[in-house]
Amino acid sequence: MLELIVFLPIIAAVAIALGSPARITALGAAAVTLLLTLTLSAQFNTSEEGAFQFNSSRDLLQIDGFPHLALSFGLDGISLVLLLLAAIVMMAAVWVAPAESKIKGSAKLYYLSLLLIGGGAIGAFCSTDIFFIYAFHELALIPTFLMIGIFGRGEDRVRTAWTITIYLGVGSLILLAGIVMALVGVGADTFNIEDVVALAKRPETAIAAGQQTWIFGLLLVGFGILVSLFPFHSWAAPAYATAPTPVTMLHAGVLKKFGLYGLIRIAMPMLPEGMQALTNVLLVLLLGNIIYLGLVTIAQKKLDRMLGYSSVMHMGYVFLGIAAANHIGVGGAVLLMFAHGISIALLFALCGWMRDRFGTVDFEELGGVAKHLPRLGLLFGFAAFASAGLPGFANFAAEVAVFFGAFQVGENVSQNGLGWFQWTTIIALWGVVISAVYVLRAYRSLFYGESLQKADAPADMTWACRLPVLLLLGTLLLVGFAPEILNQFIRPAVEGLFLSTHGG
Amino acid sequence: MPAYFLEIIVVALGLLILMVDAFVKLEDKRTLSWIGMLGLLVVFGLLFRVEAPESTDSPFWQFYAADDRLALFFKGIAVLCTLVVLIMAYDFSPVVVDQTADPEPGAHPQAGLGEFFALPLFACAGLMWMASATNLVSIFVSLETVTIAFYIMVAYLRRNVGSLEAGVKYLILGALSTGFLVYGFAWLYGVTGSMQLSEISAALASPDVNRIGALFAFGLILVALAFKVGGAPFHFWIPDVYQGAPTPITAFLSVGSKAAGFIVLLRLVAPFLASEALSDKVVVALALIAVLTLLIGNFAAIPQKNFKRLLAYSSVAHAGFLLTALACSPTESSGNALTPVTVIAFYLGAYLIMTLLAFLVMTTVRKSIADETFDAYRGLAKRSPFLAAATLISMASLAGIPLTAGFWGKLFVFKLAVDQGQWVLLVVAILGACAGFYYYLKIAASMYLSEPDAKTQTIDNSPIPIGKIARFAMIAMIVAVIAVGIKPDLITGLFV
Repeated sequence: MLELIVFLPIIAAVAIALGSPARITALGAAAVTLLLTLTLSAQFNTSEEGAFQFNSSRDLLQIDGFPHLALSFGLDGISLVLLLLAAIVMMAAVWVAPAESKIKGSAKLYYLSLLLIGGGAIGAFCSTDIFFIYAFHELALIPTFLMIGIFGRGEDRVRTAWTITIYLGVGSLILLAGIVMALVGVGADTFNIEDVVALAKRPETAIAAGQQTWIFGLLLVGFGILVSLFPFHSWAAPAYATAPTPVTMLHAGVLKKFGLYGLIRIAMPMLPEGMQALTNVLLVLLLGNIIYLGLVTIAQKKLDRMLGYSSVMHMGYVFLGIAAANHIGVGGAVLLMFAHGISIALLFALCGWMRDRFGTVDFEELGGVAKHLPRLGLLFGFAAFASAGLPGFANFAAEVAVFFGAFQVGENVSQNGLGWFQWTTIIALWGVVISAVYVLRAYRSLFYGESLQKADAPADMTWACRLPVLLLLGTLLLVGFAPEILNQFIRPAVEGLFLSTHGG
Repeated sequence: MPAYFLEIIVVALGLLILMVDAFVKLEDKRTLSWIGMLGLLVVFGLLFRVEAPESTDSPFWQFYAADDRLALFFKGIAVLCTLVVLIMAYDFSPVVVDQTADPEPGAHPQAGLGEFFALPLFACAGLMWMASATNLVSIFVSLETVTIAFYIMVAYLRRNVGSLEAGVKYLILGALSTGFLVYGFAWLYGVTGSMQLSEISAALASPDVNRIGALFAFGLILVALAFKVGGAPFHFWIPDVYQGAPTPITAFLSVGSKAAGFIVLLRLVAPFLASEALSDKVVVALALIAVLTLLIGNFAAIPQKNFKRLLAYSSVAHAGFLLTALACSPTESSGNALTPVTVIAFYLGAYLIMTLLAFLVMTTVRKSIADETFDAYRGLAKRSPFLAAATLISMASLAGIPLTAGFWGKLFVFKLAVDQGQWVLLVVAILGACAGFYYYLKIAASMYLSEPDAKTQTIDNSPIPIGKIARFAMIAMIVAVIAVGIKPDLITGLFV
């Protein structure tokens, strides 16, 4: 069934290319993918520690002198949560995509690219073969380029498309170099992630500490570019502001999580000493994300760019959880990846809806929207508060776990004073205040105050528009009130991650 | 059935086309290409039925490898490549007729088309022979068979100045490189006292070999073959000749001729690499050429505006990756199946599919738009989504994006470089791959992101007609690029 989930979006994309009606096929594929994913999570065995489930494997290449390649899939708690995220956001993104008649240019290409971007992310999260983890992510690269270049907004779209593609392409090549060096370093004769990690943990085959630092550095830069880690963030906000709404939802919500997933899945277990050596660098960089980019976010004058920067800023928290490298921190990071993915997709969906109706999302041109469109105002309010980390939403539960996890690192605080992690956590906490400032500011200037167009206010959101938004919002609330729904998957997986780190 | 039957069949096919052309009155001479295509399909099928000969006593086997799966694989490349070239030639024939039209009254309107279908077959026979050649004499004769056929084909459009210029350039430089090759062979014979590759190998391996003489011979041979495969700094004829030659012939040059050059290079370099006294110098020379080729091929491709010229530099760039693989030859056998020989074979197989796909699209577009710059491809995605998608996939593969055949070729090369600790080569190769990523995507950008400009708009925006066989060939190649990208075993399984 897992194989079906991975290939369904891709098969649907091929079907669209061959002439199947675009929107219906895409919606059907997304819905079936989501249903299958939910069924799978119901069947998931939460008591098995760290092991991959639903495994399947097909040999593709066996040749001496080159690692054994197999098309293999499997899920542990971490990848299951991300698969859920991908399936939910893909459903919502395809749903909010415009009707075929409203697309300027080829509707086929539009929906086909959307499915490939979503399918690439799903494939990357479900693969247990390092090559395919990498390759599925690359599958999304060219569709993203085309989507931004053809269907993007504004005169600058072609340049923006080139920027993001070259940025991510170079990032992927650096990443590839790092992965190849890590594989050669442990003398891997397979691409299977479990076997490679097991090799990296055996003292005889582990990579020497000095080398680990180099390789981890490469991986950090490679994954960092994909996640828009400061200072490799400059592609993100313009691209998200330019791209069509569904692409932004998928990219900011799902694809960007790939880099973080890679750090947790590949870099952290394989290169523990390299990670330790570079932790302080990572802490400084992530503060750049949280504080510097937080302030940049406050300075934005348009909603779409503000959301773009806010999504970059929030990555800092996830990095903090990963850097903490303990159960609570990493568990919180995974939960935050899910929560942030849903909430940013939700915000971008609403932002896209507004931009289509009002023609602008500039804070100075638009105001008083809530008076005319109360339902939109309410939904946006929920989404904005979720993103700022208000209790009751998934983001809150996740951020709290990240802060606790990071603060716990190191020795007894009362004896040794505050260390790097404690100071970083204390500074990072101010990011919550920054988020509150820009979210409330945006909400006030867009939804309250003087209305600039009283007569020509568009109709409020119809049910067709509200449903995908409610799907996302409902998920956020559900996980916010009962984080255990996801934590039951995450906990054993994270434990497994560390169990084998120290065991061997 | 022994392997050499196949060469005989291919030559006979070529002769048959010439005979039918001369003695049978045909309304449409394009029918002739059917003989070639069907015949080559049969030959391709027969490749799988080749058996090793029972006895190899006859002196013939000194010239011809008796049992060699890799040689069979290269023969397969030659046959498939020629087949696709004939498909393209079929589509391209209006242009050929237009550029070769005979002003004399009473002549057949398609006079001169028959040879255009027969010559690739003769070249193909030469390529197949070359794959099995194990003697300096047979290597030289087969190489010249191919090259002479190419001299004619490159200059075939005799009313077209570009084609004639390309023909002259190719003739002069080809003759020069032949001179180098013969001189190198003479030195090699002088040093080792044999024409037989196995004996040469043994002579070079002995510690009291004349090192200076052997290295001089190697240098001459390397220069000559660098001309053939497009290795820098002997690549400068490539852009002009590729641009001027008829498009199907450009494709043939870029795939068939390159593959042939690499088989010969593999066979001739192997004895030098196996010799302890010589191998370190040989590796340095190969690595130098590889670095130059990678840099020049990839970075000179960036500013190109003509699709054919871009593919010419791309062909130089790919020669760079192939030479990189060759330069990463292990000094002692590791027992691994992943050797430069297998990597080069795989790379050439993948390169065949993706490059011919690009050329098929180009031939189809060229028929409707008499323009080969990127302008002709502007807005192609709107006009002919299928052609645009085919180009996109072929470019993605040439750029080495994962899940396409091209990715594995590059990854195998990188792996060899890592295994041999050739860090400089690795860094240059990765830089080259980055540049390739940009210039291949540029074509996709002009197809998808820009509107048709004034020049092409004047024609019309209706879909470009695609020949039935060409469409079938394109679909087959798209499927092959992706299938090999997912399961590289499909190619490696043929010879490992």
